Amino acid sequence: MPMLLMGNEAIARGAMEAGIHVATSYPGTPASEIMATLMRYAPETGIYCEWSVNEKVAVEIAAGASYAGARALVSMKQMGLNVAADAVMSLAYIGVQGGLVLVVADDPGPHSSQTEQDTRLFARFAGLPVLDPSCPREAYAMTKYAFALSETLNLPVIVRPTTRVSHACQDVEVGTIPPQSPVPGFRKDPRWVIMPSLAARQHVWLNKQQQRAAAEFAASPFNSLRQAGSIGVITSGASYYYVTEALDRLGVQLSLLKIGTPYPLPEEPVKEFLAGLTRVLVVEEQEPVVEDQAIRLAWRHGLPVALSGKHDGHLPREGEFNVATVTAALRRFLALGQESPAPALPAPPPLPTRPPLFCAGCPHRGSFYAFKQAARGQEVIFSGDIGCYTLGAAPPLNAMDTCLCMGASLGLAQGLARVQPGTRLVAFIGDSTFFHAGLPPLVNAVHQQTPLVVVVLDNETTAMTGHQSHPGLASRPGERMVDIARVARACGVETILTADPLDLEQAIAVARQALASPGPALVIFRHPCPQVAKPAGRYQVNQDTCISCRTCIEELGCPALAPAGDRVVIDATCTGCGLCARVCPAAAIEEVV
Amino acid sequence: MDILIAGVGGQGIILASRALAAAAVAAGLPVRTAETIGMAQREGSVVSHVRLGVQEAGPLIPAGSAAILLALEPAEGCRHLRYLQPGGRALVAIDPVVPVMAALGKSPYPLAEILSYLQSNLAGCHCLAALDLARQAGSPRTLNLVMLGALTNLGLPFPADLLLAQALKLLPARVHTMNRRAFELGRSSGGAKK
Repeated sequence: MPMLLMGNEAIARGAMEAGIHVATSYPGTPASEIMATLMRYAPETGIYCEWSVNEKVAVEIAAGASYAGARALVSMKQMGLNVAADAVMSLAYIGVQGGLVLVVADDPGPHSSQTEQDTRLFARFAGLPVLDPSCPREAYAMTKYAFALSETLNLPVIVRPTTRVSHACQDVEVGTIPPQSPVPGFRKDPRWVIMPSLAARQHVWLNKQQQRAAAEFAASPFNSLRQAGSIGVITSGASYYYVTEALDRLGVQLSLLKIGTPYPLPEEPVKEFLAGLTRVLVVEEQEPVVEDQAIRLAWRHGLPVALSGKHDGHLPREGEFNVATVTAALRRFLALGQESPAPALPAPPPLPTRPPLFCAGCPHRGSFYAFKQAARGQEVIFSGDIGCYTLGAAPPLNAMDTCLCMGASLGLAQGLARVQPGTRLVAFIGDSTFFHAGLPPLVNAVHQQTPLVVVVLDNETTAMTGHQSHPGLASRPGERMVDIARVARACGVETILTADPLDLEQAIAVARQALASPGPALVIFRHPCPQVAKPAGRYQVNQDTCISCRTCIEELGCPALAPAGDRVVIDATCTGCGLCARVCPAAAIEEVV
Repeated sequence: MDILIAGVGGQGIILASRALAAAAVAAGLPVRTAETIGMAQREGSVVSHVRLGVQEAGPLIPAGSAAILLALEPAEGCRHLRYLQPGGRALVAIDPVVPVMAALGKSPYPLAEILSYLQSNLAGCHCLAALDLARQAGSPRTLNLVMLGALTNLGLPFPADLLLAQALKLLPARVHTMNRRAFELGRSSGGAKK
C-alpha cells in the first residue's frame, strides 16, 4: 500500500533510500519537516542527523562528509541559502565527492517568509543543477535521483520544492531503505584547497559542467511532452497541476511540456517542442527562469515561435499561483474572453480579521510588556528579529519597530545608535536566532562599545518552525548545552541580567536596570514555550469584582481573554501564566485552585 | 471529492485533514492535501484542502469546487465560502473563537449575523453546537473529532470507522476514549443528514 506522505516526508524518504550518511539543517518554514522526519528514522537508519547552528555551517558539515565520499543532505528554506551562500558558491567550484543534495524550499506567497526569492535563479547564479518537483511523489523521486546526479557531475544538486509541495500530502509508493554503505574516506589532494589559480581552472570546469548537466537532463523522465496542435504551454513545478486543471476546466487541449529540470534547461526536448509551435505560454511561479532560457533558445535557433509569460504580463512574477490565476491567464492567452461569473451569494456580513499572534501563555508577551513599561517616558527603538516574537509588532503590544532578517536586530540597532545618540536601542532576538546570527553582531557591539540592550527571548526551543532544538539546549545524548549568559560574558558583555518574563515585577526591574546601564547590556528572559511546557494552571475572572475596565484585554491581547458583555472571561486555552492577574487594577483575576 | 476545512490555528485542523487523507489511502483512494503550517498557525485563520480520489490535480481546491466546507469556527466558515461549489454542503461549528482584534474592538464579530447568513444563503448548511458536544465528550479540544464524526453523515467515500481509526492513530493513547466519544457524538448529531 502507498504511504501518505507530506512533501517534506517524501523528500526525507527519497534521501534515506539514496543511502545518505549525514543530514544537516536549520529549521525554516516550509522545510523543517525534512530533518524532523530523518531524525525520527535515525535510530533505524543510522544516519547522522543534526540541527546545525545555521545554514552555512550545515552546508559546510555536509560538504566535509561529501569530501570523504559520503552522501549528504542539507535542507533549509530559501533565505537559509542566502546565509549559506558563501559556502555554496565556492563549493560549486571545488565540487563534491559523495552525492551532496541541497533541498531548498521556496515560499511563493509568501506564507512564512520575508522574501519570495526563487532558488532556481540562485542555482543558475551558482552554476548548480536544480530539480523542481510538482508534487510529493515527484519530490521523493527527484531527491533519490539527485544523489546519483551529484556524483555524476561532481556538483552539489539543488532540489527546490515550494510550500505547496513541501506542505502537501499525497499517497506515495516508496522503496526500501538500504543498509548504510561504508564511507570511502577522505583522500588528501590539492583539489580540496581553493586558491586563485585553482579557482581560475575550476571556473572553466564549472561552466563545462553546465553543458553536461543539460545533456543529462535532456533524457530526464522528469521532463515530459505532449503534442496537441500549434499552441502550447511550458510549465514547471507546482504550476504543472494548475495548468492541467485549468485546461480541463476550459475544455481545451494544448501541446504541453512539463519541465522538472528548470536549470540548466535541456536544449533538445525544448527545441523539439517549440519547433512545431506558433505560440507558447510559459507558466511558472516566481521568476521567469524557464521562460528566459526558452526565449534564448528560440532566438539562437531562429525558431518562429512567440513566447508569452511574465515578460509580456500574462502572469505575475509575484505571489503564489492557483487554478484560478492560471485559468485566467490561459483565457487571455487563448482570447477566450472572461469567464461568466458564478451566481454570487449576497455580500457576507463583516468578518473579523484574524492575523497570527502570540498564543495564550506566551512568555514573549511578558517580555515586550515589561520593556514597554520600563521604557515609558524614554526615547526608545525596539529592533526585532525573526521568530514567533516578530508577532510582538501586532496590536496591542506594538512593541517592534524593525524586523529585517536573521540576526539583524543587533546590527540595525548599532547603526541607529550611531546616528541617534539620544535614543535607547533595544534589540530583541530569540534563543535559536541568537546562536544562528546574533553572535558576530554581539561581538561587534562589545568591540565598538555601542550602547545597546540585547534581549534574548529564551523560550528553550525554536518555536515558530515547530519546536526544534538549538545549541542552547541539550536535547539528545551526546549534545552539550551552550549557555547564553556564559557566551555573552566571554564576549565581554559586562551587564548580564536574567529574569522570568512572566514574573512581571522582576522583569520590569531587570528591564529598567538594563536600560540604565551604559555599555552593551544583555538580558535573558527565560520561560519555556507554552506549546511544549505543561500548563501551570488556569486563571478566572471574578465577575463580582471585575470593573469592566478591559485593561487586561487592551494591554496584553491574550487570546484566552474574551469579552463577555461588558465583563471579561478567560477561556480554556489559558495556561495559567498569570500575566493578566498582574495587570488587573481591580485584582479581579484569580488562580483556579 | 474536495473538502475544505477551515478554522483557527490550534483547533486541530491539520489532524482532521491528515485523518481524512490517511483514511482515503487506507481505502485505496489517491489523495492530495494542502495545509497551513508555520507562522499563520498561531491563532490565525487556517485552512486545509483535502482532495479525495483525485489523480491529475494539485493540492489546492479551486474556488467553487469543494463539495463540502467543514468549518470549525463560524467566521472562518463564512470567510471561505467561495471554495464551495453551487449546491455544496457546509458543516459549521457555531462556537466563535473571538480574535484579539475583535476583543480589542478593532474588528467586528457579528456572530448572529454570520450564523443567519450561513443558514439563509446555503441550502446545504448544517450548524452544529460542536463545542457543547466536545465538552460532553471530555474536552473542548476534541471539537475536531466531533466535526469529523458529523462529517461522516455527508457521504464520505470510506466508512466512518475507518476515519475514526486513522484519527486515533494520530492521537496519544491517553486521549483515545474522549476522542472516540467526541467522534460518536458528532456522528449521532443527526441533522447533517440531508
